[in-house]
Amino acid sequence: MTGNPVRVHPVAEGVSVAGAMKAVFLRDVKVAFRQRQDLLNPLLFFVMVVTLFPLGVSPEVSFLREAGAGILWVAALLSVLLSLDHLFRHDFDDGTLEQLVLQPQPLFLLVLAKTLAHWMLTGLPLVILTPVLGVMMHQPGNSIGILCLTLLIGTPVLSLIGSIGAALTLGLRSAGVLLSLLIIPLYIPVLIFGTGTVAAASEGAPVGAYLALMGAFLFLALTLAPFASASALKISMSNS
Amino acid sequence: MAFESLSAFIAMEGHGPYVWTCYGVFVVLLAGLMLWSQRRRRTTMEACRRNYEREAQGQQRTARPAATFTRVEVSQD
Amino acid sequence: MWQFFHKLGSPKWFYGIATRLMPWLLVVGAALLLAGVVWGLAFAPKDYLQGNSYRIIFIHVPTAFLAQSVYIMMAVAAVVTLVWRMKLADVFVKAVAPVGLVLTFLALFTGAVWGKPTWGTWWIWDARLTSMLILLFLYGGVIALDRAINDEKSAARAVSVLVLVGVVNIPIIKYSVEWWNTLHQPATFKLTEKPSMPAEMWVPLLLSVLGLYFIFGWLACLRMQTEIIFREQRTRWVKDLVMAGRP
Repeated sequence: MTGNPVRVHPVAEGVSVAGAMKAVFLRDVKVAFRQRQDLLNPLLFFVMVVTLFPLGVSPEVSFLREAGAGILWVAALLSVLLSLDHLFRHDFDDGTLEQLVLQPQPLFLLVLAKTLAHWMLTGLPLVILTPVLGVMMHQPGNSIGILCLTLLIGTPVLSLIGSIGAALTLGLRSAGVLLSLLIIPLYIPVLIFGTGTVAAASEGAPVGAYLALMGAFLFLALTLAPFASASALKISMSNS
Repeated sequence: MAFESLSAFIAMEGHGPYVWTCYGVFVVLLAGLMLWSQRRRRTTMEACRRNYEREAQGQQRTARPAATFTRVEVSQD
Repeated sequence: MWQFFHKLGSPKWFYGIATRLMPWLLVVGAALLLAGVVWGLAFAPKDYLQGNSYRIIFIHVPTAFLAQSVYIMMAVAAVVTLVWRMKLADVFVKAVAPVGLVLTFLALFTGAVWGKPTWGTWWIWDARLTSMLILLFLYGGVIALDRAINDEKSAARAVSVLVLVGVVNIPIIKYSVEWWNTLHQPATFKLTEKPSMPAEMWVPLLLSVLGLYFIFGWLACLRMQTEIIFREQRTRWVKDLVMAGRP
């Protein structure tokens, strides 16, 4: 993989970087819509985890109002985590990933395109579903808005950091559990600031600074995570 | 010396159990880690030595098959 | 300079140096640690606020300090592994990660036990304890990933990537946990930060920190030697070394 860049696909040489990214993105979306169950599963999981809390702890309005934002955030985090195993797995199994690694375009940009597609297919639906669950958890109106906003900024960070873990554990036995072990500690700052912003908003404090910090997380993850997952992918590919 | 007597040193004005538990666990874990690491180096070396000796024996004798197989007819009905 | 660098990368050269260094590391480390601990336990004055329970500091701070710096050392070694592909660097990461895990656990345990007389409960979601707990998870992840990958070379590089991602996250985790802590429980009593610590307290503390550093050096050398023997067992010098012990 190092040394002289071997151009395996002469056709691909003519494709611009942006074109290649777009192609990867559209392909992932298309494949995902052919297997709709995979799209639905994280959403179902999200709703079920949230349901467990009123049943398991307390259905009282005061408890749900206080803990609701945190529960929704944790549930969203877990369902993103659950879906990460699929990020590279199918492409790894059928050999597409190998072709992707061999493309002349920089791998980290292609990985970025894949991760963005993953976010659009899992993170974004979660954000869209959040207002409904927010009402069920008795969240006040402006909290729901802020909650959706934090999830909108936070879930791409979850996907981006998660892509590193997914790339590292590719092709290993019990990759799912290992992936969670590696990634959950790295998710903690996003979770803290996501729920902290909602808590500040519900107390009437200004949240601009917190949202800006979350935006900083997003840009940090956008710039650094694709490099890490691209190099992790190369390592995992040479392993198998 | 910050303590009057040995019993005062052990008791530490009621904080003794906490302090001594901490030091006890610290000593046990650190010593355990050190001894375990040392044991592991020894066992690794012994495993390597056995490997070398097995190889040396294998070179002296001509390789004999580890097992032989004979075909057995089994009726399938 | 380059020659030195190359030599440093040679497992055989390191093995010899480590063998010569290790007795010194052990003796000096044990002496310093023992001196610091005995001084701290028996001779240092009582703390006017916390009483005698503060004597846990003489092992809590060294373990916590070392647990964090071991992760930083691993990150440096990870860079060396990824950039220069130096064999010894990845031997170091593999050998030292379990030591870091044990030290982090010790820091957590001593912190929790210290919390009982100070705060009245075994566990408080205090910023330091919580970030220590997350550090424990990070060590656990590194060890789990290393165990899961069979191929030695890919394991080394994958672990290096993970350690680097972790080290980028450590300051962010620390900062966010501190922020979270002030949000939920304003201005708790701090365990270790004292505006002015008398010399009878900080000198033994310094001694035990240094002592634990030396002990760590000894452990690192020993565990690296084990790993080197295992990896280089096909080479002539390891064979000679192993067979030399026995007739």
